Amino acid sequence: MDTLSTADALRVVQLRKSYDANEVVAGISFSVPPGTCFGLLGPNGAGKTTTLRCCLGLTQPNSSEITLCGEPIPARANTARNRVGVVPQFDNIDPDFTVAENLLVYGRYFGIKDAVIRSRIPELLDFAGLGGKDGARIQTLSGGMKRRLTLARALVNDPEVIFLDEPTTGLDPQARHLIWDRLKQLTARGKTLILTTHFMDEAERLCDRLAVIDHGHMVTEGAPRELIATHIEPHVVEVFGDEVATWARSRHTLGERLEVAGDTAFFYCRDTAPLLAALADEPALRYLHRAASLEDVFIKLTGRELRD
Amino acid sequence: MTTPQFAIPRPGLRWLPVWRRNFLVWRKLAIPSVLGNLADPLIYMLGLGYGLGGLLPQVNGVSYVSFLAAGTVVSSTMNAATFEALYSAFSRMHVQKTWDAILNTPLSIDHVLSAELVWAASKSLLSGLAILVVIAALGLTHSWLALWVIPVIFLTGLAFGALGLIVCALAPSYDFFMYYFTLFITPMMLVSGVFFPADQLPAIVHGVANWLPLSHAVLLARPLLLGEVPANALGHVAALLAVAGVAFYVASVLTRRRLLK
Repeated sequence: MDTLSTADALRVVQLRKSYDANEVVAGISFSVPPGTCFGLLGPNGAGKTTTLRCCLGLTQPNSSEITLCGEPIPARANTARNRVGVVPQFDNIDPDFTVAENLLVYGRYFGIKDAVIRSRIPELLDFAGLGGKDGARIQTLSGGMKRRLTLARALVNDPEVIFLDEPTTGLDPQARHLIWDRLKQLTARGKTLILTTHFMDEAERLCDRLAVIDHGHMVTEGAPRELIATHIEPHVVEVFGDEVATWARSRHTLGERLEVAGDTAFFYCRDTAPLLAALADEPALRYLHRAASLEDVFIKLTGRELRD
Repeated sequence: MTTPQFAIPRPGLRWLPVWRRNFLVWRKLAIPSVLGNLADPLIYMLGLGYGLGGLLPQVNGVSYVSFLAAGTVVSSTMNAATFEALYSAFSRMHVQKTWDAILNTPLSIDHVLSAELVWAASKSLLSGLAILVVIAALGLTHSWLALWVIPVIFLTGLAFGALGLIVCALAPSYDFFMYYFTLFITPMMLVSGVFFPADQLPAIVHGVANWLPLSHAVLLARPLLLGEVPANALGHVAALLAVAGVAFYVASVLTRRRLLK
């Protein structure tokens, strides 16, 4: 093992990036130990993709200190990217090539010999659930298969660190579960994952640690369970029905916190017994009692208003 | 190393895998591509050369079709390089996002652009060569000096490939390329001595035309095909090299500005 193996796979200190007067990333710091999965969560336009691009040396930050795989970024970004795989937000597989040709051509960009790449292809395709699809044309693949091919392509150089920008957006539940399973296998093999996502269940399931960013600032950082415990009451009761807003507001003391959105009232509670008793007397209202989740934390920290 | 926006490109040889990528795609469609590149200029050369040429006395001391042969070689070289650097490169950059995928590997924009430049020149070399073969087969050239047209074709391809990459870096969409053709390529074809001797034009137009890269290519290719050593050959070669170098630098700066935001 080399001496860097105990250092962080990625370290970002005070990253700032502005476009004209608009500060997109406003001083973000985090570090990712090797072999762990780190999630960047945030609404659309929060600065997630810009942060990833800065980490890869594709965007010049206004100021920062970034170390990726032991290399200073952006100064030695090209060298660092030898040991990095990227699954971009939108698939950019070569449409003119077959599945196997895509992997071969991509491996050459890393300077890997054809024979070495060819020997890796069967294993990569098996891993991605694309075994036997070597000669398939890209147009014949489903959305989920293309996404998995993009994942296989990101692994062609056997990277230490893998960046995934919204890896499961637009996939059906089966395809998402398969990707999740593969990402878990990758961390089990000691790979470091850095992913952005909108899906809180995905972040909760995969990430050892995660950061919520909004308007370019880091709002909070921690392990998923820890964030739920710190930021939010343990129980949520969602009450639906006509006139629910008036009913809920007159009984807001039944929970620690109350939020009304449309025809749903969200009660955040430590003790749900009084609220559930009150609901038993209201046959017109339906409700759902559940444990607090990361999504509740996310909404609390970033608000309910729509982002463009 | 992430390249600062105004740095001189230093791609080394790591661009080769990107060139090979384009070659592999081309190989799948090679026959229709070569036929397409060959048919159009040949129809013009033979149609105008023999049709219009039948009405004309000799032009600059040779038959019109022999005169037109050199113009056809360099103009189809220019067109092949331009199309590749405009439409094909733009598809890879903007539509398929092939360049974005490559930039996630250890390669940088310098490597991608160098590969695109050499690829555009390679494709134009193929186009020019195909026409050269037809010209030789028709007996329109008799001199071994004609073989020197091959490097002239490649150099012309580099110059127009580099110019095309500037336009590609600036283009918001495919429609933009029409301006380049209408305002630059087509007028240049008419004033650079492709179809008729450029000194037929008013002195001022001729003066301007002498500065255009296509003129330099014509002034190199025509004497070579007719078995003569071109006058001021080094000057023309230097001019084409300068166009290729400066245009490639400008294209690099503009592409970095576009993609490394």
